[in-house]
Amino acid sequence: MAEKEATRAAYGRKLAELGEKNDFYVLDADLSGSTQTCVFAKKFPDRFFNCGIAEENMISVAAGIAATGVPAFASSFAMFACGRAFEQIRNSVAYPQLPVKICASHAGVTVGEDGATHQFCEDIAIMRAVPGMTVVCPADSASTEALLEEILKFDGPVYMRLGRYAVPQFYEKGEREFKLGKGIVLAEGKDVVIVATGIMVAAAMEAREALKNDGIDAAVIDIHTIKPLDEELIKEYAAKTGYVVTAEEHNVIGGLGDAVISALSESACAKVAKLGVNDVFGTSAPAGVLLEYYNLTANGIAEKVKALLNK
Amino acid sequence: MEKKTLLMLKEKAARIRMLSVEAVYGAKSGHPGGSLSIAELVTYLYFNKMNVVANNPDDENRDRFVLSKGHCAPALYSALALKGFFDVEELKKLRKLGAMLQGHPDMKLIPGVDMSTGSLGQGFSAACGMAAVGKRKSLPWKVFTILGDGEIEEGQVWEAAMFANQYKLDNIIAFVDLNGYQIDGAIEDVMNPHPVDDKFRAFGWYAQVIDGHDFEAIEEAVANAEKSDKPSVIICKTVKGKGVSYMENNYNWHGKAPKEDEYLIAEKELREAWEKASEELNNG
Repeated sequence: MAEKEATRAAYGRKLAELGEKNDFYVLDADLSGSTQTCVFAKKFPDRFFNCGIAEENMISVAAGIAATGVPAFASSFAMFACGRAFEQIRNSVAYPQLPVKICASHAGVTVGEDGATHQFCEDIAIMRAVPGMTVVCPADSASTEALLEEILKFDGPVYMRLGRYAVPQFYEKGEREFKLGKGIVLAEGKDVVIVATGIMVAAAMEAREALKNDGIDAAVIDIHTIKPLDEELIKEYAAKTGYVVTAEEHNVIGGLGDAVISALSESACAKVAKLGVNDVFGTSAPAGVLLEYYNLTANGIAEKVKALLNK
Repeated sequence: MEKKTLLMLKEKAARIRMLSVEAVYGAKSGHPGGSLSIAELVTYLYFNKMNVVANNPDDENRDRFVLSKGHCAPALYSALALKGFFDVEELKKLRKLGAMLQGHPDMKLIPGVDMSTGSLGQGFSAACGMAAVGKRKSLPWKVFTILGDGEIEEGQVWEAAMFANQYKLDNIIAFVDLNGYQIDGAIEDVMNPHPVDDKFRAFGWYAQVIDGHDFEAIEEAVANAEKSDKPSVIICKTVKGKGVSYMENNYNWHGKAPKEDEYLIAEKELREAWEKASEELNNG
């Protein structure tokens, strides 16, 4: 297995690679080193705009660029790109369905030491609620790179959630086909399905191994696109196993868990438990410590599964 | 400016005023005050300045226009209709269910609308984004945008102003419709934006102050702006509600439609002004 790497690093690298053969602009709000758009900026200074610490303007400028027919990628921390500039995303980007790709890094609690003001666990909920918005949350570097190609090809607004924290790499480059809106079955299993997104996908695979010792055979699905959600796949595995555990580095309100429950609400074919941040603000600590603190770990998933299955 | 051109523009502006108020009356809602104050500006841009053609609204080389004060859509829609982008009859469906003409400009639905606007401040940033592409690619077209004087209270406007200066966007010309009133009252009473010209100058813009109802002044200011190597703002002193006696300088007409008796007065005043302008044009 390759060394751990943050999804933001893969984003920056791939963006610079895609810039060679594709016409698009990249914007940042004084965080290009952190979001890794600096790699593109160095290579293609004529197609990069540092907007300074002004996220609202950045998003609407990106919309103006996109309105001329050229896609625009806009990056900042999730808190500011999606949080501060929400209304610009909603009105300047989503309403006119412009090809602006908001690629927001430092999502979730794994921002770490910066603490609650910078740890955004509400972005999936907010972006899901915007009509026509595609919401993507990749699990590792290979999937980030593959999904970024799809995002560039897609003619519409996209929100991509990226992380600061170096995470395990488990997809081999080119190993699988990534399509927006199509979940990936990483492991088959008959007792329960773990539906995970982002950095929780690796934890879900680890949990699957641990659960074998308890005699539990868990399927694992990577939902890299939370909207549009691969409802058919989730329904199929929910019906097959009867138990679903969702895992996300996000508030339990409005995120992947709620999206899955909504998808299953009419069929009521399975019991569902949600693992996520339990409607609290974050706190300062190293990212790894925080994942333990909020129980966003393989062990946290395994415990959730066992509790749901009464085992 | 040639006399014939001036008379033509005056006739168009008078017609735009008539159509705007008629559309707002028909919709039973909308923003007549600010639509009336920008009538000369949109007339000048669409009938004497911008390179736009109705039968090819998506032409890559067209000049771009962003109505950042999107609530004054009736004036823009009237200009687009007169320019031939769509049938004048569409104005009668303004703000009604299923209508192309939404309450605020919608670029997806309306031919000739270059940016969806309505949430104040955002259109100005989008206009800067368009100008940024034009500048970086050395494209021949220009970007024009109209902001309200209340709108410049939005912090985003000044973020965009900094952006335009940073990237030397000499291909954008912004107009501020300084009609002196916003929905809650006089701008000085609500949130004093003065001095508007010096604020823009401090942000690196070339700023001029003119009478926004004077076509020759608009033309001269635009010519000056085009010579400048800075982003340009033209602050247009205007009369809110211009052309309807009881609406002039009355902020209560910022965002409501006239009732029937009120409309009849407005219609008469605007029609007479238009008939006079038409006659002058024909005799001119």
